[in-house]
Amino acid sequence: MRNGGDKPGGPKAGPGANWDRLGASWFIDKGVQVLVFVGGTSAIIFVVGIFVFITREGWPFIRDTLDFAEFFGSPRWNPTSDHNPTYGALALIVGTASVTGLAMLIAIPFSLGAAIYIAEFAQGRTREVLKVLVEMLAAIPSVVWGFIGLTVMNPLIIDMFNVPVGLTVLNSGLILGLMAAPIMTTIAEDALKAVPDGYREAAEAMGATKLQVVFKVVLPAAKNGLVAAVLLGVGRGFGETMAVLMASGHSVNLPTSVFDSVRALTATIAAELGETAHGSDHYRVLFTLGIFLFIVTFIINLLADIFVRGVRKKG
Amino acid sequence: MDSPAATVTSDFAIQTDKLSLWYGSFQALFDVDLQIKQGIITSLIGPSGCGKSTFLRSINRINERLGYVRTTGRIEVLGHDIYAPDVELVQVRKQVGMVFQRPNPLPISIRDNVLFGYGIHNKGPKPSKEDQDRVVEDALKTVLLWDQVKDRLRHKGTSLSLEEQQKLCIARLLPVKPTVLLMDEPCSALDPKGTEAVEELIWQLRGEYTIVIVTHNMAQARRASEECIFMLLGEVIEHEPTEDMFVTPKQQQTADYIEGRYG
Ligand SMILES: Nc1ncnc2c1ncn2[C@@H]1O[C@H](COP(=O)(O)OP(=O)(O)OP(=O)(O)O)[C@@H](O)[C@H]1O
Ligand SMILES: [Mg+2]
Repeated sequence: MRNGGDKPGGPKAGPGANWDRLGASWFIDKGVQVLVFVGGTSAIIFVVGIFVFITREGWPFIRDTLDFAEFFGSPRWNPTSDHNPTYGALALIVGTASVTGLAMLIAIPFSLGAAIYIAEFAQGRTREVLKVLVEMLAAIPSVVWGFIGLTVMNPLIIDMFNVPVGLTVLNSGLILGLMAAPIMTTIAEDALKAVPDGYREAAEAMGATKLQVVFKVVLPAAKNGLVAAVLLGVGRGFGETMAVLMASGHSVNLPTSVFDSVRALTATIAAELGETAHGSDHYRVLFTLGIFLFIVTFIINLLADIFVRGVRKKG
Repeated sequence: MDSPAATVTSDFAIQTDKLSLWYGSFQALFDVDLQIKQGIITSLIGPSGCGKSTFLRSINRINERLGYVRTTGRIEVLGHDIYAPDVELVQVRKQVGMVFQRPNPLPISIRDNVLFGYGIHNKGPKPSKEDQDRVVEDALKTVLLWDQVKDRLRHKGTSLSLEEQQKLCIARLLPVKPTVLLMDEPCSALDPKGTEAVEELIWQLRGEYTIVIVTHNMAQARRASEECIFMLLGEVIEHEPTEDMFVTPKQQQTADYIEGRYG
């Protein structure tokens, strides 16, 4: 670290001015160091803090009331009933899973295709424009997507498929897929870019066509990064709230087709938490849902991280 | 240029005629006229930046990967103009294999590395497993690598030592039966032992393939090649049998370079 403040008198400026300036830069230096340290550690503190908080709020319920078989096995979610509340989260879990699943079905081919095109085929300006477009898509707030689902997709689905409701698995899956695709594209593109150019050159020098290079060399080499991109997309879908709340129909239901309305875990928490009495069973079961969500997304992100690291280890 | 090549009875594997090349507006090759004999090893020497790699890379047309490269003049491989409009790039690269300065095996298994080019250029039905096994064994035996790797063919090519990687990079060219092998300082990333092993291998490939090897190592050029080309600032200064060039260079610049006056 530079410690110029101790040395009076620089080579060029007058001694007085120099004292002041060096002192200031020294303090700035120190200040920035502290700031960076706090920033870095606070991320960890926040994550742990959040986990401790939601666990503390949900724990009494898990300990005293929760019936695991009911929670994971029953689709009957009726926590507000006065005499016989039921806490079956199956429909919510299936709701989230079906929406996320459909979203991935749409987003994976879309985003991998886009990433391959941007990283391997697009040149110069086209590439720059596409990258900016993808980033702009990623910046659209989720409530806007939800709004699109509600006002554009809803009537469209009703018309096209001749069904009574358009706020369904199909609608929210599509919306969620479009939302997750830009992020997945960006991460997948990074994974492709990280493949050393020497591999492409070697393959081309042997006579491989551009397409063969992509499919036989670049994709296998970037495999782990691509899996990570998909996993992060899944995590994004799992945790998304607003758009799903608006586009899924928000009705507790085990879907039998994409034209059924469902309710997602996140949407349930968002919609119900405000109405519950602090400390009530209903309040605590919502936190239990939160713990479940937290654990699932944590595992997904951990897996993604392991895959990304795998790239470096195996070379 | 597949079968007709055999009918052309040219003594020369590579002929260039007024070959010039630009990277953008920078000219790297100036009217290079060369006739490289078939079946021998020709070494290409010259100070750093004189265009040795550039020349080599244009014979495989791999320079075209860079969008800003412009080439004029003519390059013939076995009597066929490789820049002719009806020539298939894939075929050129099948005939002309390239070994790079830094060993660059693909991040796939050793076996798949050897089969990579074979698979690409195979037009018929997919070869049987036995067929592939034979191809892999032949190629690896030719480069004296078979005994070391025969028990770990499924390991990644990138997991080998540098010397083994470079041998693998030579081995993977052989199954498609190229006529010309271009080697751009193939030993510069290797230790002395590895260098010796790879040099020995290159010497054994002589006759069956036409080999052009770029080197900074005078001793290597002298040991390992039959003809020698000296380049300077994008031009060919001298092209002679190696022994003649090292004993009685015709040009003053060649003499200066051989005696180490260019560094
Ligand atoms: N991709 C490129 N873009 C622009 N200029 C290049 C490029 N590659 C090479 N050059 C230039 O072309 C000239 C010849 O380069 P080349 O790599 O062929 O030299 P070389 O003889 O192989 O040198 P070395 O012995 O260092 O490998 C050099 O002046 C170099 O700066
Ligand atoms: Mg070079």
